[in-house]
Amino acid sequence: MTKLKLATVWLDGCSGCHMSFLDIDERLLELVEKVDIVYSPLVDFKAFPDAVDITLVEGAVSNQDDLEKIKKVRAHTRLLVALGDCAVTANVPSMRNPFGVDQVVKRAYEENVTLQPQLPTQAVPPLLKRVRPVHDIVTVDVHLPGCPPSADAIFAALVALVEGRTPDVAALTRFGA
Amino acid sequence: METVVTLTLNGEMVSARADQTLLDVIREQKIDLPTLCHMQGLSERGGCRLCVVEVQGAPRPMAACVTPVTEGMVVRTHTPELEHQRRLVVELLLAERNHVCAVCVVNGHCDLQWAAAKLGVASVRYEYLHPDLTMDASHARFVLDHNRCILCTRCVRVCDEVEGAHTWDIAGRGIKTRVITDLSRPWGDSPSCTSCGKCVQVCPTGALFEKGATVAEMTKERDFVGWIIRGRTKREWTW
Ligand code: SF4
Ligand code: SF4
Ligand code: SF4
Ligand code: FES
Repeated sequence: MTKLKLATVWLDGCSGCHMSFLDIDERLLELVEKVDIVYSPLVDFKAFPDAVDITLVEGAVSNQDDLEKIKKVRAHTRLLVALGDCAVTANVPSMRNPFGVDQVVKRAYEENVTLQPQLPTQAVPPLLKRVRPVHDIVTVDVHLPGCPPSADAIFAALVALVEGRTPDVAALTRFGA
Repeated sequence: METVVTLTLNGEMVSARADQTLLDVIREQKIDLPTLCHMQGLSERGGCRLCVVEVQGAPRPMAACVTPVTEGMVVRTHTPELEHQRRLVVELLLAERNHVCAVCVVNGHCDLQWAAAKLGVASVRYEYLHPDLTMDASHARFVLDHNRCILCTRCVRVCDEVEGAHTWDIAGRGIKTRVITDLSRPWGDSPSCTSCGKCVQVCPTGALFEKGATVAEMTKERDFVGWIIRGRTKREWTW
C-alpha cells in the first residue's frame, strides 16, 4: 500500500498544537507506517510539496505571510484540518481585533523598546488588519478545536482520516479543551 | 381541581398539568433539551431560542420554555431542522462578542461552551464581530465582563425576583444592548446591590465572576435558586 502524505503547518499559534501532536508518543510509529510526513516545522523539508493528502494547520491567519502560505497549502492539499482553537476560532491571536493593529505594533516596536525604537520595514511580514480563523480564508475540511486538542483527539482524528472516515469531532474535543 | 391535558411528545402520548410549559413536560420526560436563558425558579424570558421545538400546525418553531401545553398538541424536539437552528443560535452567540475559551475564567464550566460541544458546533460560520467591549471591576468581590455576556438576563431576574434588589437592567437595543447596574453607574458604586452573589452564580458564562478567579477557576453553584424557592414556598430547606 502506498503511504498517504501528511503535512503540518504553523501559522499564528503558540506551537502548543504541534507539541500535542508530538505527545502522540509511540503511536507516532504506528502513524508513520501509514503516512509519510512530507512537510512540517518538525522535519527538514523546505518547500510545501505539490500533492499532500492531509495537512494539519495550527494557528490563525494574522499576517501577510500566513495569508499566502495558507492559500498555497490549500491548493496542494486534499484534506485540510484546522488544528486547535487558533486555527478554528482565531482564539488568543484575535484578541487584538477589537482595538486594532496599530496599537499592537506600537506597543511591540516602540513603547517597549529602549534602544532605537522603530517600526520594521523588512523581513517581518506585515500584520493583517484583523486576525481571522483559517476557514475565513480557505475551505477547511475538518475542524478540531481545543487549546490544544489532546494527543488522543489528534491521533483519533488522524486514524479516521487515514482510514477514509470522517472523525467524530464532538466526541473528541471542544473549544477551550 | 387541576386540569390535565394530553399531548404527543416525540411520538409518545404524555399527560401534563394545564399550567405547565412545554419545557417542564419535556424535562419531566427526561428528554435532553438545551437551554440558556431558562433557569428553574426564575420567570421565563424566551430569548435565547435554544429550546425551540416543532409544534404541529405552528408556522414556526416555538420556544418550549414560554409555550404552555395544550390538549392534543403534537411536539417534536430533535428534528434535523431544529438541531440546525440550535447550532445557528450558538454560533451567532459566539460570533457576537469575544469568546476566547482558552483564557476564560469559566473554561470547562460554561453553559454556552457545553451547548456548543453538545450540539457539535466545532466552528463558527459567521464572521466574528470582535466588538471593543469593557469590563467593570469596581465591585469589591465581583467582576462583569461584557465580552462574555450573552444577554440571557438571568442576572436581572435573579436579582429582582429572588434577592429583591433589582440592581441589574438592560440598556440599549440590538447589537448595542448591555447589562447595566443601577442606571448604568459602576457596580461598585451601586447602593442597591447587597453583594449576595446570586447573579454571579446564575450567569451561564464567564460574564460574571468572582474577583481573583483566573483561567478555568470559576465554577458556579446553579442549584441554589431551586433551594431558596423550595424553602420559601414549601418550607423545605434541604441542602
Ligand atoms: S464564556 Fe464560555 S463560551 Fe465564552 S469564552 Fe468563556 S468558556 Fe468560552
Ligand atoms: S450581588 Fe446580589 S444584589 Fe448585587 S447585583 Fe448580584 S444579585 Fe443583585
Ligand atoms: S451577565 Fe451573565 S447572566 Fe447577565 S445577561 Fe450577561 S450572560 Fe446573562
Ligand atoms: S431557554 Fe427557551 S428561549 Fe432560552
